[in-house]
Amino acid sequence: MQKSLKMDPNKCTGCLQCEMACAYEHHHTFTISRSRIKVFGFEDEGRKVPYTCTQCDEAWCLHACPVEAIVLDPATGAKKVLEDLCVGCKVCTIACPFGTVNYVAATGKVQKCDLCDGGEPACAGACPTGAITYVDADWTGLDRMRRWAGRTDNNPAAV
Amino acid sequence: MRHVIIGAGPAGVTAAETLRGADPAGSVTLIEGEGEIPYARMAIPYLLAGKIQETGLRIRPREDHYARLGIDVVHGRVRAVDPAASSVTLEDGRILAYDRLLVATGSRPSLQRIPGIDLPGVHTCWTLADARDLLRKAPPGTRVVQMGAGFVGCIIMQGLVSLRVDLTILVRSGRMVSRMMNPASSAMIRSWCESRGVKIRVETLPESISQEDGHLGVHLPGGEVLPADLYLCLVGVKPAVGFLEGTGVEVGSGIRVDARMATSVPGIFAAGDVAESVDVVTGERSVNAIQPNAVEQGRIAALGMAGRQAASRGTLPFNVLDTLGLKSSSFGAWQGLPGGDSVEVSDPERYRYLKLEFLGDRLVGANAVGRTDHLGALRGLIEGKVRLGPWKERLRRNPALLMEAYLACALKA
Repeated sequence: MQKSLKMDPNKCTGCLQCEMACAYEHHHTFTISRSRIKVFGFEDEGRKVPYTCTQCDEAWCLHACPVEAIVLDPATGAKKVLEDLCVGCKVCTIACPFGTVNYVAATGKVQKCDLCDGGEPACAGACPTGAITYVDADWTGLDRMRRWAGRTDNNPAAV
Repeated sequence: MRHVIIGAGPAGVTAAETLRGADPAGSVTLIEGEGEIPYARMAIPYLLAGKIQETGLRIRPREDHYARLGIDVVHGRVRAVDPAASSVTLEDGRILAYDRLLVATGSRPSLQRIPGIDLPGVHTCWTLADARDLLRKAPPGTRVVQMGAGFVGCIIMQGLVSLRVDLTILVRSGRMVSRMMNPASSAMIRSWCESRGVKIRVETLPESISQEDGHLGVHLPGGEVLPADLYLCLVGVKPAVGFLEGTGVEVGSGIRVDARMATSVPGIFAAGDVAESVDVVTGERSVNAIQPNAVEQGRIAALGMAGRQAASRGTLPFNVLDTLGLKSSSFGAWQGLPGGDSVEVSDPERYRYLKLEFLGDRLVGANAVGRTDHLGALRGLIEGKVRLGPWKERLRRNPALLMEAYLACALKA
């Protein structure tokens, strides 16, 4: 069974180890603005919510790409950006209804979570509280995201 | 079942691939009209800018992609469709019979009807052939007068600036990208482009173009003549439907389709930039000429052609633009809806702008400038018709919290 990242906001302390690990894994920097996973703070409730791409079945980003620069990795299920082919048009960044594909000005390309190409993703390995884990791909949070996805237009799963 | 698809852009290619899976026993013929390997027009500015080679424009990188799938690519232009005979006639006389036909011909550039529009120095930039031509004829320093600053005009502008031509842009209306960005954000884009050396003249429409000693003169009302080596006419596009005359296929602002992408004529479907469909936010019919819509409609049409049940729930306009490094985007009803309200944060000095349009406690549209992070959540919130509840007030206080609002309201995170 393919695995997916499970993110549990109740266990997140907002330490940002995941963001640093992600930025280091992909850009060899600890500049967290380059991270593909992001911890959102909810000041009113004092909560932290880690969030990144769920590798959704609908793959809006992949279908939005005009030059097939986003492809499915059959081994991990990740939708991966092929930087050599990406022209930087940014259509995928506005087509992903989860907001998890982002433009990187420094490279002129887009980036998104690729599950670190197999093995344990760096964010999960770096999380000290178990808020981010890499588990069999059938946890309820993911289902909830996919159910929500099913409510929107343009949903291949609905046909 | 014989499936014939006219047009090899994203809608046509996606439909062909979908049909291959949905009707493995059927034949799939993809009519490509420019003598090219199917390519993405969207990527042309990156070719002009020298960032990619021609192979980088391909919709599918592998040249043998279509042959491997058993998709028959026919190069040629369609002269006419005969629904009674269920056949398509190409300009070279070839006749193709179909059981199901998809019209995915996209758009063609409009031309101004002014004296001199047929002079040799007058160009448009719509096809790959146009782009090759422009690359040959526009060495650094070439004086280019570009008419039009809509979305296409703006992305071509980006390519022209990379070519280091001397560029003047004429805008018929008072503002750039007037069909995508509101006046405040459009003014920011203009100011940014002017600060980077592009001459922009609004409310300007030439009366004629003349040629003398190999140079062009662009004649403006009032007598002023702009000297130019090239005149680039980018005044907009219209659906490519001329060959459908007499078929009974109903055409409004584009080919009218239902939720299955079926036209008014049985057996004929339409998808992509050529099709007029229902806007998911406003409920009105319009042409939504964006890549994701073309792909989605191509897929839905193909499933219908194969006899499967598939229907669109409506289309959402959204777009993103890069003008010389300044990023802007629009979503849904960015002009706002009657009875709705909005919140706006604007910082013209830093070229940052965000406006959210609400109807009740739902987001219905947005314009953004100078920000790129997590913008897709705007699509999620608008298309998902997500109820914002208390988050509407939070967004009104701080519109930048849109990703937090998305997580809290859409995912209940």
